[in-house]
Amino acid sequence: MDQVIMFLKQVINGVQVGSIYALVALGYTMVYGIVKLLNFAHGDFIMVGAYISLFAMTGAGMPIWLAAIIAVAGCALLGVLTEKIAYKPLRNSPKLSVLITAIAVSLLLENLFLLLFSSSPKPYPNAINFPSIDVGPIQVSGVTLMTILLSAVSMIALQLFVKKTRMGRAMRAVSEDAQAATLMGVSVNKTISLTFAIGSGLSAIAAVMYCSAYPMVEPYMGSMLGLKAFIAAVLGGIGIIPGAMLGGFVIGLIESLTKAYISSQLADAMVFGILIVVLLVKPAGIFGKNVGEKV
Amino acid sequence: MKQTVKVPWKAYILNAVCAVLIFVALSGMISAEVIDKYIQGIIMLVFINIILAVSLNLTTGFLGQIALGHAGFMSIGAYSSAILTKFIKDLPEGSFLQSLPPQLIFGVALLFGGLLAAVFGLLVGIPALRLKGDYLAIITLGFGEIIRVVMENLEITGGAQGLRSIPGYSTKYFGMCYWITILSVVFMYMLVRSRHGRAIMAIREDDIASEAVGIPNTYYKVAAFSIAAFFAGVAGGIYAHYLRILGAKTFNFTRSIEIIVIVVLGGMGSITGSIVAAIVLTVLPEALRSFSDYRMLAYSVALIIVMIFKPSGLFGRYEFSLANIIAKIFGKKTGSKKEAVEGGVK
Repeated sequence: MDQVIMFLKQVINGVQVGSIYALVALGYTMVYGIVKLLNFAHGDFIMVGAYISLFAMTGAGMPIWLAAIIAVAGCALLGVLTEKIAYKPLRNSPKLSVLITAIAVSLLLENLFLLLFSSSPKPYPNAINFPSIDVGPIQVSGVTLMTILLSAVSMIALQLFVKKTRMGRAMRAVSEDAQAATLMGVSVNKTISLTFAIGSGLSAIAAVMYCSAYPMVEPYMGSMLGLKAFIAAVLGGIGIIPGAMLGGFVIGLIESLTKAYISSQLADAMVFGILIVVLLVKPAGIFGKNVGEKV
Repeated sequence: MKQTVKVPWKAYILNAVCAVLIFVALSGMISAEVIDKYIQGIIMLVFINIILAVSLNLTTGFLGQIALGHAGFMSIGAYSSAILTKFIKDLPEGSFLQSLPPQLIFGVALLFGGLLAAVFGLLVGIPALRLKGDYLAIITLGFGEIIRVVMENLEITGGAQGLRSIPGYSTKYFGMCYWITILSVVFMYMLVRSRHGRAIMAIREDDIASEAVGIPNTYYKVAAFSIAAFFAGVAGGIYAHYLRILGAKTFNFTRSIEIIVIVVLGGMGSITGSIVAAIVLTVLPEALRSFSDYRMLAYSVALIIVMIFKPSGLFGRYEFSLANIIAKIFGKKTGSKKEAVEGGVK
């Protein structure tokens, strides 16, 4: 029985981490879907969001919901600016240069925050006072519930936005064929900016959730988180929103079960191993379709 | 058919003479103690970075595939060669292996490290190189991280404490490291100018077209990848015997990025550009101590600016040529094209 409870606890842990991964993976997937750019800096937007919300709470004494909104706004702005300054001039360049630029933006953010706030981790206030719930012998903490709930709401909202609204249709059109979308009167630049804003905003929500669960903020916190979220996006099929959610949960579960039953050091290696297997067996991801190459 | 390519013997001889002259000057200054241990260490790092950058240039510059796991191959070479030399050093007094000249042991260890790295390059490359672009970048990054995590948790590599008291062969046999560096550069130059090099560059220009004319893409991709891994392993071996201690965080992702920065700034597809960039980017942070805090920040800004304004890298595919420089100075036209082997920069 203890074994079962322990296992269930790990599953809940995994779902919690997984929903954070899913939120970040959504940003990756949307940006990749629309500009075919692997935004390496996306993970670092999480870090920026964490710092903004931290300072909003400790410096200005704001409640956590206001801090979260400010973090979302800040990250959205950062995402749009990054796209305008670094990625837009390279929209028609070879993939290699775009990828190197994305890596450079990620390095820039990490090292800027390293210089500004030093490498020592800052404690994050425990601001989510949500009552925990007992499900039989298992106690689910308020933070966990909040994380799962909030990410589920964000995902459904995003899915509705993309499928039902005009802007969402524009987004899908641009990701299908940017030139044809221009001809149909869609403003490609505005749509791309919006995509970056939404993706980065989601990463700020993920940042607040992540920091509430693991209350430490440091300049490199985003890079590993971002990579795992990217793996989640690839696992589900990059460019596909439900795929990113599924991928996030799968990666979160695998990671927390590996940590519990195999070795905590090997958890990262395991996640990368999954990526390799996925890319070898079905490079388009679980929900992806194989598309032939145009010559 | 007639051979139409003129071999620029003059330039080759000139470069060979230059390489010897630099060697004589360096070893002279070391024995006369003009160069102290500290500067010698920096020069050693320059050698290591040159080998790393030139080898990564083969995958990134000539093959056109971005690989983010170069530090992983470097760590394989470093650990395996260090374990080998340590094993021989710890053998009982007077055994056969210990009576061998240490230069030979060092050389064999480097070769062993390089070969093992190449084997891993092959193992990684065969599955990974079916993909391209972003996926390849992520998968090489993933392999690099896996290699690092596994290395840190194995018993034979000293676990999290790291590998200690590695014999300091690199500093002792400074000249050997110098010639290994020259040899790697010359090999890489010969490779990219050969039939195989042309095939590799054809894949960079257009992989579908190259496949269509009958170039075995996968073969050349994997070959270039493993050759780059081999040299990364050799560089790692030299690094291990220079540092004498291999820690847990020595070969992380940042290390891979540093090599990429050198390759990109030096010019993707320019061997001499990589050499110049390796020298400048190794010496500059050491010379400007206060600058070293801002090093990565400056690198990242430089990368973004270079990518926006000159996507092929600072020097593009331009190769420096000692013979051409001399010809320019004396106003003669030789028209020969050959890299300058670290022409007088040190």
